[in-house]
Amino acid sequence: MKYTTIIGLEIHLQISTRTKAFCSCENGFGKEPNTSVCPVCLGMPGSLPVLNRQYLYRAVKTALALNCEVARRMKFDRKNYFYPDLPKNYQISQYDMPLSQNGFLEIMTTGGIKKIGITRAHMEEDAGKLIHDEGGSSSFIDLNRAGTPLLEIVSEPDISSPDEAYTYLKTLKSVLEYLDVSDCNMEEGSLRCDANISLMPAGEKGLGTKVELKNMNSFKAIRQGLEYEQDRQAKILSSGGVIVQQTRLWNEKKKITELMRTKEEAHDYRYFPDPDLNDFIIERDTVLMLKKSLPEMPRAKMNRFVKEYNLSEYDACLLTSDRRMADFMEESVKLYPKPKVIANWLTGGVQAYLNEHNCRFSQIAINAGMFVDMIRLIDSKLISNNMAKDVLEEMISSGVPAKDIVKKKGFLQITDKTAIESIAADVLQSNPKVKEDYLSGKKNALGFLIGQIMKKSQGKADPVMAGQALKKLLEAGHEGV
Amino acid sequence: MNNFCKLSAHELADPTAENKIKAADIASSVISRYDEVDSRVSGFVNFDKGAVTDRAARLDNLDESCRQGFSLPNVPVVLKDNICVKGELTTCASKILQGFKPPYDATVVSRLKSAGVLLLGKSNMDEFAFGSSCETSCYGPTKNPYDLERIPGGSSGGAAALIASDQAILALGSDTGGSIRQPAALCGVVGLKPTYGRVSRYGLIAFGSSLDQIGPITKDVRDCAMLLSVIAGYDKLDSTSADVPVPDYTKSLMGAVKGMRIGLPKEYFIQGLDKGVKAKIDEAISVYKGLGADIRQISLPHTEYAVSCYYIIGCSEASSNMARFDGMQYGYRYQEANKKYALIDMCMRTRGEAFGLEAKRRIILGTYSLSSGYYDAYYLKACKVRALIKADFDKAFNECDMILTPTTPTTAFKIGEKIEDPLAMYLSDIFTIPSNLAGIPAISLPCGYDERGLPIGMQLMARHFEEEKLLRAAYSYEQNAGWKKVKPVL
Ligand SMILES: [Zn+2]
Repeated sequence: MKYTTIIGLEIHLQISTRTKAFCSCENGFGKEPNTSVCPVCLGMPGSLPVLNRQYLYRAVKTALALNCEVARRMKFDRKNYFYPDLPKNYQISQYDMPLSQNGFLEIMTTGGIKKIGITRAHMEEDAGKLIHDEGGSSSFIDLNRAGTPLLEIVSEPDISSPDEAYTYLKTLKSVLEYLDVSDCNMEEGSLRCDANISLMPAGEKGLGTKVELKNMNSFKAIRQGLEYEQDRQAKILSSGGVIVQQTRLWNEKKKITELMRTKEEAHDYRYFPDPDLNDFIIERDTVLMLKKSLPEMPRAKMNRFVKEYNLSEYDACLLTSDRRMADFMEESVKLYPKPKVIANWLTGGVQAYLNEHNCRFSQIAINAGMFVDMIRLIDSKLISNNMAKDVLEEMISSGVPAKDIVKKKGFLQITDKTAIESIAADVLQSNPKVKEDYLSGKKNALGFLIGQIMKKSQGKADPVMAGQALKKLLEAGHEGV
Repeated sequence: MNNFCKLSAHELADPTAENKIKAADIASSVISRYDEVDSRVSGFVNFDKGAVTDRAARLDNLDESCRQGFSLPNVPVVLKDNICVKGELTTCASKILQGFKPPYDATVVSRLKSAGVLLLGKSNMDEFAFGSSCETSCYGPTKNPYDLERIPGGSSGGAAALIASDQAILALGSDTGGSIRQPAALCGVVGLKPTYGRVSRYGLIAFGSSLDQIGPITKDVRDCAMLLSVIAGYDKLDSTSADVPVPDYTKSLMGAVKGMRIGLPKEYFIQGLDKGVKAKIDEAISVYKGLGADIRQISLPHTEYAVSCYYIIGCSEASSNMARFDGMQYGYRYQEANKKYALIDMCMRTRGEAFGLEAKRRIILGTYSLSSGYYDAYYLKACKVRALIKADFDKAFNECDMILTPTTPTTAFKIGEKIEDPLAMYLSDIFTIPSNLAGIPAISLPCGYDERGLPIGMQLMARHFEEEKLLRAAYSYEQNAGWKKVKPVL
């Protein structure tokens, strides 16, 4: 039996602002526990929240970038539940009048571009953090994170595979990085993701019973968790079983999902309008101003790259998925107006380096000037393409200019005609069989001979000149017979 | 020894007086009056003689240049126990806040400090302001200075009793459904609930956030105006505070009420209204008539729904506001929790042991009316009724400038008389609740005594931010009423 998978994602995004959502405490990660707190974020009796304007603006920008309708009037509600890290035992959130609704995000799938609906993006404050004393019987509470501004981005159940979920997250993350509204760091909890997943027999309509999946701490874990849950549900359904609505936790060590709670244990949050915060009118002028301040988004940039630089969609997509890389591309083109060559080096050598070292473009020490200088070394035949790969790697990891690397390593290409001809003569002499093959018409034998020249010259010979030298010698010899 | 406490604030802080009275002398006057009467009245909680003496010494040691800007220099002020003072016990008369000392000052407290007052300490109240009789305090009830067997009114009963018994000169209370005006009426003093948003709520431990308002309880109308001038005004720490300029309320006291249209809502003058109260209100109306006011009948048709509407909204908000009291961060904590369910056991027992009966009743009521399946029928409906009540007032204020009613249906009842009957108790605030729902200002001022010698209060209500009008009308009555104020015999 075949099944269709239906996935919806809920992202909790920490918005980077100078101060917290409703008080003037510094909003940041990594401080001594309970040092960035005040009566308001501690939920002290008598304290009152005041909305941070920078938080509102950044949330509006994000909503606009996700093509959402921004509300004219929004309000804050209280979501009531008891938890030790929730100082007021209610969370200020938004229920029926959220900041924004009805957006979408376009993602690139194997089947082309797909629109994933965004149900809503709403504002809410974060809770604190519990630290359990392993082995001991104590627990500690750090309320530095309490009151941190969040944006909850809820997708429609439009995602149909764990792979698509992964792509959606990658795309969303790149949009957020373009906006510069969050550092999107999953390890530090600034981007958290819960997923709803259900399966339906292929061809049938409606929605299956959904399972909520929590506790996935990396994009990889999200894909693995969804894959595991997809298999688990398919097995249950195939054997005639029934899926029970529940919340499950991803166990990173065992690579399985585990039951957290069933629907019956679900909370009644008793949402109601927070009487400490008035309704907010979001002025249209403010929205327009913020809309104007939006940078070019990855998809628009990609289309432009395809058109202006004559690149493939695939390459343009790869280049624009990282804002820093895209900026780098544009900067380099200004210095060296051959976009195709630059794109090839970026999607080739540079990307390979990033993959190999598992790092991001922003983390490597390279600037457009250095990069373009390296390409110019190839053009002036001082180094070969092959040598350039090594030079690039060295340049990225050390930050030393290509010229200096070439000098230090004696990497200079041999472009002296006489020298190359002399190596070619040697090669022909030690490979009489191949020479004959060529002369008898097997033209591809030339490649082997060029390879031998490169080997003998430790890769320094100009391969084009090597070919020319061989041809000259072979033809001269032939005529001489 | 001089009893400075017998003075009013405008007498004590009279800027024309040659020899300013030293704070130390006022402090010892307060302490000796406390020793003399408070064992019978029980108006104070957390009264620390040493702290009062120290504060007075600090005031006296200030440079003359510092004192120049003080508008209420050395005036002794008592605060209801739900107003936060940095480093001072603030317990809302509840066991659950046992030992709680806030790390910050309420905005009204900072403003009082800048006005140079002498802070005395905290006055008794109904636990978390839940009550109309000052009997639900974990410290025990306060007594009405006019009859020690009777309640002083609630929930700011301690504050009203302290002003009536000359133990303090100014007091701040909080009013969610009449908690300033009702005790002011029953103790024969002046109490004002300002417009919602007029005074910052920052640092007031919330009962019903959309209804609560801090306000003055004073000996006379001029003191009320002076105190309001100090505490009113926009506060960036309170999103619900209004950015509206603050007039000098004492300057607006003078002026005639001639031609002022005063409305009498027919819904306030029916069944349950005590005959003695009715008679005194009628006399007050004649005083206004004599002053040239234009008295007319009006109607506030949704008045009968106000009490139920109030209890649903107030308790819903309270149930959420009370959730933070869980033994986790501050206050009382149950210590010997069951190991297996240590956390939930601690939280449940803490709340079970440390909340009083009325607090529990309101938390449960509010939790119920907000829960899914009941929200629409209770909370949402109450919000709709609230809008109708507001509209009633808007309409009425087209026909009149001010509304006059009794503050309470009866004079002070006996301690214990209604404590077992919460519904009867809830009706004590029937005349004061509507103005909280509408957010409009309302004042209660004494208008005589019943045959037992118990004080009777008259209430005046006006449009949003028209405190000036209320104070002027109240002052005009106070100057012309013609009956003599009787101090309680203690
Ligand atoms: Zn804070």
